[in-house]
Amino acid sequence: MKNKFIYLAVLAAGFAACEPEFENEVTNADYSAGDADFTTYVAVGNSLTAGYMDGTVSRIGQSYSYPSLLAQQFAVVGGGAFTQPSYEEDVNNLGGISGLPGFNTRLILDASAGAPEPIAGTSTVTLAAQAKAYNNMGVPGAKSYHLLAAGYGNAAGVALGQANPYFVRHATSASTTVLADAMSLNPTFFTNWIGSNDVLLYAIAGGTGVNQAGNQNPATYAQNDITDPGVFASAYSTIVNTLVSGGAKGVIATIPNVTSIPYFTTVPFNPLTTASLGGSATVQQLNTSLYGPMKQVLTLLGQGDRLNLLSETEGNPILITDETLTNLAPQLTAAFTSAGYPPATAAFIGSVYGQARQATATDLILLPASSLIGTAPANVPAPFNVYGVTYPLQDGSVLIPSEIAMINTATNSFNNTIKQVATAKGLALADMNAILAQLVTGLTTDDGQTYNAGYFSTARLSTALFSLDGVHPNARGYAVVANEIIKVINMHYNAKLPAINAGYYPGPTILPSN
Amino acid sequence: MMALAASSAFAGGYRVSLQGQKQLAMGHTGVAVVNSAEVLFFNPAGAAYLKDRFNFSAGANGLFAKTKFQNETYNWTNSTDNFGTPFEVYASYRATDWLTVGLAVYSPYGSAVEWDQDWQGSHLVNNIDLQAIYIQPTVAIKVNDRFSVGGGPIFVTGSVNFNRNLTRSLTDEQGNRSDVTVDAKGVTAWGWDAGFMFNPIDGVRLGVNYRSEITMEARDGDATFHDLPAFAQGTYQNTQFDADLPLPAELTAGISVEITDKWLVAFDYNMAFWHVYDALTISFANGTPTSVNPRNYKDAGTYRFGTQFKPNEKFAFRAGWYFDESPVQDGYFAPETPRNDSMGFTGGLTYQINPKLGIDFSFLYLHFDETNNSYNYYSEDGSLVSFGGTYKNTVFSPGLGLTYSF
Repeated sequence: MKNKFIYLAVLAAGFAACEPEFENEVTNADYSAGDADFTTYVAVGNSLTAGYMDGTVSRIGQSYSYPSLLAQQFAVVGGGAFTQPSYEEDVNNLGGISGLPGFNTRLILDASAGAPEPIAGTSTVTLAAQAKAYNNMGVPGAKSYHLLAAGYGNAAGVALGQANPYFVRHATSASTTVLADAMSLNPTFFTNWIGSNDVLLYAIAGGTGVNQAGNQNPATYAQNDITDPGVFASAYSTIVNTLVSGGAKGVIATIPNVTSIPYFTTVPFNPLTTASLGGSATVQQLNTSLYGPMKQVLTLLGQGDRLNLLSETEGNPILITDETLTNLAPQLTAAFTSAGYPPATAAFIGSVYGQARQATATDLILLPASSLIGTAPANVPAPFNVYGVTYPLQDGSVLIPSEIAMINTATNSFNNTIKQVATAKGLALADMNAILAQLVTGLTTDDGQTYNAGYFSTARLSTALFSLDGVHPNARGYAVVANEIIKVINMHYNAKLPAINAGYYPGPTILPSN
Repeated sequence: MMALAASSAFAGGYRVSLQGQKQLAMGHTGVAVVNSAEVLFFNPAGAAYLKDRFNFSAGANGLFAKTKFQNETYNWTNSTDNFGTPFEVYASYRATDWLTVGLAVYSPYGSAVEWDQDWQGSHLVNNIDLQAIYIQPTVAIKVNDRFSVGGGPIFVTGSVNFNRNLTRSLTDEQGNRSDVTVDAKGVTAWGWDAGFMFNPIDGVRLGVNYRSEITMEARDGDATFHDLPAFAQGTYQNTQFDADLPLPAELTAGISVEITDKWLVAFDYNMAFWHVYDALTISFANGTPTSVNPRNYKDAGTYRFGTQFKPNEKFAFRAGWYFDESPVQDGYFAPETPRNDSMGFTGGLTYQINPKLGIDFSFLYLHFDETNNSYNYYSEDGSLVSFGGTYKNTVFSPGLGLTYSF
């Protein structure tokens, strides 16, 4: 009997020796917060911070916000609980906001239609007041100065365009500000990625807004305007001064340039091939009946470079409206009238082609144009009823060089402000403009995968980073963003946070039908 | 029977060196050792020199294989514990003075690794269970007291079951990761084994044995997809698959020396021709894209040392050591066979209940250094993606056997 125990003991010892052990076992103790204190992390910003993707905030989409992903890594080194505005009511994960026009359900790719569209169903997200400050204070649509605007969360202001429905959902009072709610949590660490909307909304709207440079009163700005650099600098400094007022450390981030966002880079300026135009005969017909005579008249008017005959061998540029061109409507009307066109037709041609030209490589055609090109504008007679071919795309579908220049000037100015503030306050700078610019040539992660700024395609199911709205990252993209911020934190605050591998995060939702 | 079948995860590739209790205890040497019917596996030629007319040996091991994985960059940790029971049965009969016949049944290949479903390396493997049982009718011919030859055909029956996630990120609408199981049972193949033994002087034996490559050709196995999103159900439909899994050829040469009539030492060198395992290619019957998984194994050698001491008629004590080189090359370290070079420490004893019947005990402890390695050939949207970290294995295997001879 005694022997048996000895055998068992020997056996047990044998099994114990069999447990594999690393020389240095990876545990949470291997990581450190460095000089930072992640006890209470608060994120301020706009849609990019809120976890907005596929055109909305949804329950599951929000769970992939970059602040949420960061907080999971902070938790390894003492980070506390991280709360986000409640989307519990979004039971079916549709996103959108119930009853508000323009706040559609999340975009999905309908495989039967081959295009993104809002997922079928009715949003169950309401404006019911949660009256609570959350660690994630990202408010979709917010511009820099909105974070300081009292009443931005006042339900009564929504209909008047003075309040933001997303902030209405969680503002602690009708008169509070986003920043005040954020500060009520007494952050020890913050991220601040605000400012994109101060210029990007103008770009998304195709430059139909106004560049408010010189106008110091943001109360007079419309949604799609570019913020005055002075207004931006002042708002930005106030926001950061407030965030650091309690001794918090943090990361502030620059805003990306339009050229690294697929919304602006996906549709080429010259997608019109002979096949897409309907074949060789159609191209010849267009040249004889429209492009030829138009080119002739424009040449006589000294503006022959506005338009060239369609080529049967190369991709042809889209016809667009350029509001910076001299309006030749009267001259065109006169020319076509004298050429024997009925007066009404000649007048119509003049009105439509007065500021028309073919797009060039220096124009940016916006993503929604892809579903517009080739379709018929309302109440336009043939043969002028083909968008981009016989009827120019309008201002809101295209960014022309002068608009791009304004956007770049504003973006550079805002980013210079952000960099100066980072230096002045000793804060870590996540240069998201530079990081996202890497996507244009390819951003290679530690695992060897190379990501780029392309719009979704079925060949890139596992590597697409942008959501179907073409502006916001998808879950995988936010993981890339979070990982880049971690690198910045590790560097600036001597921290050692575990990295995030974006390859494991989901891409777009594809449904066989909708 | 399934429970008895080889199932393990250790040693080079998916080779399991546990083919005899006596010889395992001696570092799994045996190509030049004439001890028992186990010699049918190690070198059939040696059966010609077995002292008794009838020899029977059978045994099995409890195989405890554990692997730990960690990656400090991402704060990943994981582990897998696997248990298997490789077994062997050998019988030989000396029909005439010069002719010995025998039958050997053993399980030299097998791999069972079960990671947590959806773990970090799940796009490479969630779990694998590979089994192969060898049945080898054998003849040994004693040319004279100095030289013998032996060999026989090998019939292999095996099965494979393998599950992995389709990609690193694909899920169904509920967020469950999409995965595929390939399963093939009753896969059979033929091969052969041959060897010779040369005894230049009394007390010294030299042996050489060659076991042929055998390719397990799984045909019309079942590929079953789970948790697919609706849009992908057209691309990935349950179907049949074909795959070839090579069980490489192995050449062994060795020597044993009886230093005294009680004390024997042995040395073996194995070379396993693993280079045949170039890639695991799974082709599907319907339009499902062919899955090519580069392996690029290299030939790998093993150095084995063993000794046996028989103080009396009742007991025999054995010990051994070996160095087992992994066929897995840097950058091809896949978690389905996460094996690097190892050192085996073995021991055991036989208790002879009576002159005919003995009980064999053996144990093996395989030591692996921890290793930093990765698999760099997973293809994602046309780019190669790496998965790796630090791996540490340990293997412990006690074994028990019976020997009966007269």
